Amino acid sequence: MTPWNFFLSHRSEILHATLDHLTLVVIAMDIAIAIAVPLGMLIVQRPRLRAIALGLTSVFQTIPSLALFGFLIPIPFIGGIGRRTAIVALVLYALLPILRNTYVGLTGIDPAILEAAEAMGMTATQILLRVRLPLALSIILAGIRTATVITIGVATIAAAIGAGGLGTFIFRGVAMVSDAVILAGAIPAALLAIAADFLLGLLERRLKVI
Amino acid sequence: MNAKTAALLDIAIEFRSVTYCINDIPDRAIVSNVSLSISRGETVVLLGRSGSGKTTLLKLINRMLLPSQGQVSVEGRATTDCDPIRLRRGIGYVIQEAGLFPHFTIAQNVGLVPTLEKWDSGRIAARVEELLRLVGLDPLEFSARHPSELSGGQRQRVGVARALAADPPILLMDEPFGALDPVTRAELQREFSALASRLAKTIVFVTHDIREALLLGSRIGLLHAGHLVALAPPQDFLRLDHPEVHAFTASLAPSDGVAP
Repeated sequence: MTPWNFFLSHRSEILHATLDHLTLVVIAMDIAIAIAVPLGMLIVQRPRLRAIALGLTSVFQTIPSLALFGFLIPIPFIGGIGRRTAIVALVLYALLPILRNTYVGLTGIDPAILEAAEAMGMTATQILLRVRLPLALSIILAGIRTATVITIGVATIAAAIGAGGLGTFIFRGVAMVSDAVILAGAIPAALLAIAADFLLGLLERRLKVI
Repeated sequence: MNAKTAALLDIAIEFRSVTYCINDIPDRAIVSNVSLSISRGETVVLLGRSGSGKTTLLKLINRMLLPSQGQVSVEGRATTDCDPIRLRRGIGYVIQEAGLFPHFTIAQNVGLVPTLEKWDSGRIAARVEELLRLVGLDPLEFSARHPSELSGGQRQRVGVARALAADPPILLMDEPFGALDPVTRAELQREFSALASRLAKTIVFVTHDIREALLLGSRIGLLHAGHLVALAPPQDFLRLDHPEVHAFTASLAPSDGVAP
């Protein structure tokens, strides 16, 4: 069977898997942003916590993804088979790019601007919210963009622990030794990644302060 | 009121045997044993080479730094006893390259301290317009622009307007015209000199340019390696007999071979 024929005959199943895939990615990214951005703000003034946070998230990044999914299965509450475990793993992968870019964005600001802000009598919170954060926004978004593209790719492996998504076709195709079935998962995943990269890139340029 | 308190009230800023060391390590003094009284309404120019401690002295006034020894008082109160936020909102601050917020419009930059002080928006708008005119910028043309759309000289004017926004009695200026081309620099110096005498603020002005010091200062304090080595009005300053004064006055002499 040609890839095109397989695609046509399974289109509703593929669409379904794509939506599942997207749901996994969106949930994982929301959680990762909710953790990494505030953590990034917190570590600006705390060198000890900074070393721990950046070190730990770097370690998560080095664990091979299939192994990480495997490690999580026996862990109570966050582990097991299925979507929840997959989301935990995806969040762990997405943390580093967002955290690092948030930190770099918040600290890479022209010292003259920060000096002026302090000398004008802005409080530390006002400087963070009204000066550092707006100026760092495009760099933080660049981190979110990188993390999103990585997450879309890694999420294909989530099918190995029964979380569904486009990886289902890839694993099935590998088992059947069928390129057509593998491509039915791989092509939509690649298109998702390209689309996310493009759209977030547009947003990033819009938020950039000259 | 007796004579002593009257004299105290005339002093806006006072340094009493102030030493500042990095991390309070005694052999790394940036400023050593400086005593200096600055009267209300005068313009004191702190002159010195790079690293002489002049910017440090400025930052001790608005509590960006705290003295390692001695005491800095503003309006009769030690800076160590002041809330830094309140203190700084009452002191205007202008730095080289202006330090404007690139994501704010010119109007938002100038209106920053009034906004922090929660003035109502009508009053802020009126004040911003008044200040832009004061520094020679047309409010209609400039209010909505961003700093990146302005020339260096225009940005520096906005920096001065921002510092004056909440009408602070004291103005600190750290080489405000240092990054400008010579023509724009001379233009802003002349205008600022006129503005300063009109506003009657207490001004502490840091520079390494003796011409600027002679033009703007009612007194010039010369710093050398953290010590205040000379303090005199401009007309007397040139006659002082100190090697560092000579070094600076020598830079005033026209260089050989250049036609006047």
